Amino acid sequence: MGILEVKGINKRFGGLQALGDVNLSVAENTTHAIIGPNGAGKSTLLNVLVGKLIPDSGSVMFDGQSVLGRKPHEINQMGISRVFQTPEIFSDLSVFENVMIPCFAKRDGAFRMHAIESIFAEKGIQQQADEILNDVNMLEKKDMTASSLSRGDKRRLEMAMCLVQDPKLLLLDEPTAGMARADTENTINLLKEIRAQRGITMAIIEHDMNVVFSLAERITVLAQGMPLVEDTPDNIKGHPKVREAYLGEAQV
Amino acid sequence: MDQFILQILNGLDKGSAYALIALGLTLIFGTLGVVNFAHGALFMLGAFVAVTMSKLLTLSHKVVDEARTDFLGNPLQVDVPYIYDWFGQAAGDVIIDWAVPISIVAAIPVMIAIGFIMERGLIKHFYKRPHADQILVTFGLAIVIQEIVKYFYGANPIPTPAPSAFVGSFDFGVVLGFDPNAIIYPYWRLVYFFFSIGIIAAVFAFLQFTTFGMVVRAGMADRETVGLLGIDIDKRFTIMFGIAAAVAGLAGVMYAPINSPNYHMGMDFLVLSFVVVVVGGMGSLPGAVAAGFLLGILESFASMSAVIDFLPGINQIIIYLVAIIILLTRPRGLMGRKGVMEE
Amino acid sequence: MLGLEKKDFRLLLIVIGLTMLAPFILNPFPEGSEMAQFNAGYPDLMQRFVIFGIFAIGFNILFGLTGYLSFGHAAFLGVGSYAAVWMFKLLSMNVLPAIILSVIIAGLFSLLIGFISLRRSGIYFSILTLAFAQMSFALAYSVLTPITGGETGLQLALDDPRIFGVAQTASGNIPVPAIFGLEMRASYELALGSWLFTFNAGYYLAALFLILSFYLAIRIFRSPFGMMLRAIKSNQTRMSYTGLNARPYTLAAFVISGMYAGLAGGLMASMDPLAGAERMQWTASGEVVLMTILGGAGTLIGPVLGAGMIKYFENIFSKINDTILHGWFAFLPDGLENFVVAIIHPFIGKGWHLTLGLVFMLVVIFLPGGLVQGGQKIAAMFRRKQPEDAQSKATEPAE
Repeated sequence: MGILEVKGINKRFGGLQALGDVNLSVAENTTHAIIGPNGAGKSTLLNVLVGKLIPDSGSVMFDGQSVLGRKPHEINQMGISRVFQTPEIFSDLSVFENVMIPCFAKRDGAFRMHAIESIFAEKGIQQQADEILNDVNMLEKKDMTASSLSRGDKRRLEMAMCLVQDPKLLLLDEPTAGMARADTENTINLLKEIRAQRGITMAIIEHDMNVVFSLAERITVLAQGMPLVEDTPDNIKGHPKVREAYLGEAQV
Repeated sequence: MDQFILQILNGLDKGSAYALIALGLTLIFGTLGVVNFAHGALFMLGAFVAVTMSKLLTLSHKVVDEARTDFLGNPLQVDVPYIYDWFGQAAGDVIIDWAVPISIVAAIPVMIAIGFIMERGLIKHFYKRPHADQILVTFGLAIVIQEIVKYFYGANPIPTPAPSAFVGSFDFGVVLGFDPNAIIYPYWRLVYFFFSIGIIAAVFAFLQFTTFGMVVRAGMADRETVGLLGIDIDKRFTIMFGIAAAVAGLAGVMYAPINSPNYHMGMDFLVLSFVVVVVGGMGSLPGAVAAGFLLGILESFASMSAVIDFLPGINQIIIYLVAIIILLTRPRGLMGRKGVMEE
Repeated sequence: MLGLEKKDFRLLLIVIGLTMLAPFILNPFPEGSEMAQFNAGYPDLMQRFVIFGIFAIGFNILFGLTGYLSFGHAAFLGVGSYAAVWMFKLLSMNVLPAIILSVIIAGLFSLLIGFISLRRSGIYFSILTLAFAQMSFALAYSVLTPITGGETGLQLALDDPRIFGVAQTASGNIPVPAIFGLEMRASYELALGSWLFTFNAGYYLAALFLILSFYLAIRIFRSPFGMMLRAIKSNQTRMSYTGLNARPYTLAAFVISGMYAGLAGGLMASMDPLAGAERMQWTASGEVVLMTILGGAGTLIGPVLGAGMIKYFENIFSKINDTILHGWFAFLPDGLENFVVAIIHPFIGKGWHLTLGLVFMLVVIFLPGGLVQGGQKIAAMFRRKQPEDAQSKATEPAE
């Protein structure tokens, strides 16, 4: 029984079957990649997992509880954090504030009227924020405004914001999309480190096979909204159906 | 039944004004993505073009009338409009009488020019700024325009009559087989209604049947793609702003005889027009027009005494009430497109 | 001190100093001198300075922090005024219960309107608040006349019950608002040489409320709650994917700012016990928008400065007329003098709105942080020599 169990998900947009009977099981403490050509339904699946879309049928169980019908912030409170394709951070706030906010969310829940307490008095939260910034090598940038960070740093910051919540599952939506080779390598290393040090379960949606094969312990291949195969990276590599699905795309 | 028809007719002229202003607002919003709080000021400027025109036409010089004397026995000085000198008195009187319709000719270039200046000078710098900033800066502009007009024309309403040919009312009662005088409707309001329909039709035809309009519509739907095609969409959008300003201005010119223009008439109409746009659906031209007439007529029904007895005060709030209900139940308005201004 | 960082505490002390010494600061010119007309230190105007300051501080908690632009906040101020006047009519002329009730009623009213309006964001939110405020105005003006006094406004009468007070004074007049016997209109005049300073009870009461409001605003700005509000303005997507529910946060900010408006309304009625519907009109809401942005939205002191500036313009700047101008420019040759006066003429006196509109536009275009940002820029120009200064400026918490 995986920490995330997706069973028989269907989603139609008008006449288009975006997801057809998708099953997925992400085991605890693994890195699970979901791959597939463009239009395979990867993003739709992700949006279902985080509560942005509600499927027509099927079930999504996380840690023994259904996530369907819950709002994104409720799903996050259950322990799922998400990294976006283009980093979603609080650009107008300082780096330090950016990581403090998830600390508060973790400690105080979705809403708390802490209007009179001072931020400066929250030593525990500040320490947490300092630690995570140290972990991603951004401590010296903590007073910068987030919008002035480089692209790579924005990605690191977003990652730090997710990690500081100590999620049970980290969802990554094409974390290397549009990156130069060097940045991609950095990101892969960062993710490997996180995986090794924190043992966080990860689900990665990715296009770049290089990234997938260097990170994933298990891979699900989607094609035209259907799950094609689910297996280990080595078995996927030579799988004829996968070759067929990617025909014309040179990565494999 | 006759009351029913009368209320529909009563709603039409206000509805026409709402529809025209909302149409311009939507053109600007749909093309440029700018929320223009100064649009009411453009409407007001239009009305003051009419005021100015009638002032210009009656511009006079003093002539001593030998035949008459004032009460001191001195020869009487009379004001003779220059127009008498040029066209003779009879023709001159006709021209002065028709000042408001004549202003249309002047209003089109004047308003387009004002629109261009506004867009090039101010609005274009706000395309990429948040909507709140756009609202704020155009709100400031509206105050400035309003105060300039107040400076030159004073704070009091300036009566600007319609041509005498349109004074009086049309008796629909007789035509439709009801009692005479059961449904009477001022001629000028009828003119205003048909004028509005004409303008609306012209704008739609322009967008529908010209290449220019086609590009603008494509730009409204997907600005980036049109930009990628190498079409200079910005220039066209500037022109659209000019057209929207002209539409608002014309609505104002023709409205002058209905309500004597004053400097804050724009603000009064602006709030309602925004409500109209939202009800119609942000970015939808047909929605703006339909909602304009709909709300105008609803307002007029709500002011029937039978309705007021039943729901006191409803005439004051009906438009806002409808807007709130629509916004909460159909966030996109009656005909709004998906994704416009959501977040 | 008082749970504030050193810098914030200093700011609070400045505000305390300014408000307490306002009768001196605002009356710099000797009585009877030519410049005396620019003295703003008379009770009526000083009261307005602080009352609108409170209104703007509250508005800023909503707009400055969350970015939700409400065009209907005057409705809460109006409701607060009505509540206070009703307390004077029914209970007693003591201003304290009246002000407390104003805050409570405005809070409840803003809870209702905020709950509905905050279902939408952006321009839709602005239009919804505008629609609600215009509705309140229209109803207060017409149907609700029994409660609001309609066109004439809600006034005190000789036959009001006033169960804990007197319906009329011994001399048969309507009693005046007071706090435990100290009348709001009571003033002490201090003559120093040819200077005259007025210390008014009502002003000092309002000023105490301003200081309290300002202190609370600092606490909110520096609290985790305040940080969440700024996060909402910055990125709502990240907000919800961080497990935070934006709705109750914005609603709380809305209600807090509504209560500030109610406090301002209650104080207004305490200074002059009547309330009219025009206080709720959308142009009145527009005024607080102008104040906040002019001074600097999202900064602490900005809205107070903006409120002061607009009220000064409205009451003092508007009095400048051509005669005064001619007096000022008399040193110029005649032709030039007339020319200069003619140029300036449209912008002064009754034309002050024009100046205000222009200044406001300039601020929106060039100084999104308002006059406070302008001041910081000028200050930074003088301190250019320290290079690390410019960098730290970027992230320095709003002042």
